Amino acid sequence: MTDIQARPTDRLDERLRHDDGLRGQAAAWGDRLRSGDLGALPVVAGLVVIWGVFQALNPIFLSSANLVNLTMESVPVGVLALGVVCVLLVGQIDLSVGSVSGLAAAITAVLFVDQGLPWWIAVLAAVAAGCVIGWVYAQVFTRLGVPTFVITLAGLLGFLGLQLYVLGAQGSINLPFDSALVDFAQLAFVPPWLSYVLVVLAAGGLFAAGARRAAARRKAGLSARSVRGLVVRSVAVLAGVGAITAYLNQTRGVGWMFVLFLVLVLVLHYVLTRTSFGRSFHAVGGNAEAARRAGINVRTVYTSALVLCTTFAAVGGILAAARLAAVNQSTGGGDVNLNAIAAAVIGGTSLFGGRGTAFSALLGILVIQSISSGLTLLNLDSSFRFMVTAAVLLLAVALDSVARRSRASHGKA
Amino acid sequence: MAGTTALALRGITKTFGAVAALTEVDLEVGRGEVVAVVGDNGAGKSTLVKILAGVHAPDSGTIVAGDREVTIPTPAAAHQLGIATVFQDLALCENLDVVENLFLGHEVRRLRLDEVAMEVRSWELLRQLSAKIPSVRIPVASLSGGQRQTVAIARSLLADPQVVVLDEPTAALGVAQTAEVLNLIERLRERGLGVIMISHNMADVQAVADTVAVLRLGRNNGVFPAREVSTEDLIAAITGADDNVVAQRAQRSNERALS
Repeated sequence: MTDIQARPTDRLDERLRHDDGLRGQAAAWGDRLRSGDLGALPVVAGLVVIWGVFQALNPIFLSSANLVNLTMESVPVGVLALGVVCVLLVGQIDLSVGSVSGLAAAITAVLFVDQGLPWWIAVLAAVAAGCVIGWVYAQVFTRLGVPTFVITLAGLLGFLGLQLYVLGAQGSINLPFDSALVDFAQLAFVPPWLSYVLVVLAAGGLFAAGARRAAARRKAGLSARSVRGLVVRSVAVLAGVGAITAYLNQTRGVGWMFVLFLVLVLVLHYVLTRTSFGRSFHAVGGNAEAARRAGINVRTVYTSALVLCTTFAAVGGILAAARLAAVNQSTGGGDVNLNAIAAAVIGGTSLFGGRGTAFSALLGILVIQSISSGLTLLNLDSSFRFMVTAAVLLLAVALDSVARRSRASHGKA
Repeated sequence: MAGTTALALRGITKTFGAVAALTEVDLEVGRGEVVAVVGDNGAGKSTLVKILAGVHAPDSGTIVAGDREVTIPTPAAAHQLGIATVFQDLALCENLDVVENLFLGHEVRRLRLDEVAMEVRSWELLRQLSAKIPSVRIPVASLSGGQRQTVAIARSLLADPQVVVLDEPTAALGVAQTAEVLNLIERLRERGLGVIMISHNMADVQAVADTVAVLRLGRNNGVFPAREVSTEDLIAAITGADDNVVAQRAQRSNERALS
C-alpha cells in the first residue's frame, strides 16, 4: 500500500505500465511508433536520406554555403506552409496561398516602387489585403456554406488575375537593392556571437520552462519529467542547434529572415498548444459538432484559421519578393502553391484535420527545399523537381493515411 | 435534502407543425432521485430532452427549477440553471485527450493554459465517480464506449449541476460497460443530484431508477415506483395495450396457474 500512496496521482492505475527514467521513456517512444503515432520521425528520417543521397551525388550539397542558401530559400514558402497548417488543422484547405502571396508581393512592389511610399506602409497594406481575403473566404464559407476547396480554387485563379492587373502592362517590378526589404532578405545575417547567445538562451529557456512545469506538476502530486531528462533534452538541443549554427557561421551564417521564420514557428506553436484558442482549432478539426456543443464559436475558429492562412501567405509573398528583389507575373505561381501544402503535409500535419503542429511547416519545407536545391546542383531542371516533389508528397500522404489507420486499430485517434 | 424537488415540468406541450410531440406532460425529479423516462419510438422522449437542454422551447407549460419558475430558451440558460445534458452521441473530440475534452470551451487560464490545475481537477472528478480510466492523457479515441460515457458524464458535472439528463446512456454498450455506467448513475444519486435517464432498456431502468415515467404518443402514461412495477406492466404502459406477446404470455401463465 505504501508503494501505491507514494505514486503520483496520474500513475495510480495498476493497468498503466510505468515508463520511468530515460530507458522507460525510450520504451514508451518505441510503443508509440509501432502504434502509428509517428510524430516527426518519418520526416527526419526522410531528410537524412535525401541529404545522404544528394551529398553522395554532389559533395557541394552539404557545404556550409549551400546550407545557408537552403535556410534562406526555405523561408518564403515555409511561412506559407505555416498558414496551411492552420487551415488543415481545422479540417479545411486553402489552395490559393500561392496566388495570395503573389498578389501581396505585387501590392508591396507597386506601393513601394511605383507610388514611392515608405516600405513599411507598402508591407502593412499587403498584409492587410491578406487579412481581408481570408475574412472574405470565411464569410463565404461560414454563411453560404460553400466548401473551402471551391472558394479557394476560385481564389487561386481570381487573385492571380488581380496580381496581373495590379502589376499592370510592364508585368515586372524590381525592388531597389539598397532598400530595407531586400537588405533584410538577402544581406542581413546574425553576427556569430549573437547567434551563439541565442542558441544558449533557447536551450536555457527550454530547460527553465520544463523545470518549472515539472515542479508545478510535482507540487500538485502528478508525475513529472525528471531533472535528468530535462538536462539531457536541453543539452541535446544546445549541442545540435549549436553545431548547425557553428557550421552555418563558417560562411555567411544565420539570416535574420530565417530567425524571423523560426520565431513565427515558435509563436504559432505556443498559440496552438498552450492557449484555449489553439485548443479550439484542434477541437473543431476533430469534431466540429462537439466543439460547438462545448460552447466554442465554430464560426470564429474557421474565420481565424482562414485569416491566419491568407495573412501568412501575404507575409510569405512579401519575403519572396524581397528575396528575389523583384516581383513579376510568375511570383507565387508555378509550384509555390503545392509546395506550401506539401510542406505542411510532409511535415506531419494531417489532411484529415485535428492533427498537426507548427513545426511540421519547418520540417516539411526543409525537405522540399533540399530536393529542389539538390536537383538544381545536379543541373536537373524543374521537370525533375516537379516529379520528385510529387512523389515525395504522395509518399507523405500515403504514410499519413497508413499511420492514421494504424492509430485507429491501436485506439489512438 | 433528499426528496425535495430539483426540477419539475408541468403541462408541457410542444407541437411541430401539425404533430403534437408532447401534450400536457408532467415530470418531476427530486434531489438524489433517479427518474427513468421510457417510451416507444415517437413517444416524445427526445423532444423532452431537447426542451430540458434548451434546444427547443415548449409551446406551453411551466418548468420549475428548485423553487422558482424558469424558462430555458438556450443551451447556455440550461447550463446556468444547473441542468446538464449528456446527449446520446456524447459529443467528444476523439483527437483530444480526456483532460482536454473535460475542459473544452472552459479552459483554466485561457492565454497560458493551466494544465496542472485541469489535470488535478480531472482526477478529482473521475475519482469521485470511481471511474476506471487509466490515464487522463490519452486520446478519447483509445477509450471504450463505457469510459467515453464516463468522460461525457464527468464533463457535465464540471459545472456543478443540480440535474443531469442522460439520453440513452447504455445504448450501444456491452454488459460490463453498462454495469460501469449504471454504477456511475448510482454515484450521481449519492451526490444528491437529480437524474433523468432516457432509456429503452427495461433491465437497466429497473436496476437503477427510483421512479419510472412512461410516455406514450406524447402524453404521460403512468408513473411507477421502479422497485414494485413489473416489466409486463411497463411494456403494457409503453405500448398502451395488453395485446402484445409479453402480456399474452403472462396472461397465459396466470391462467395456467389458476386452472
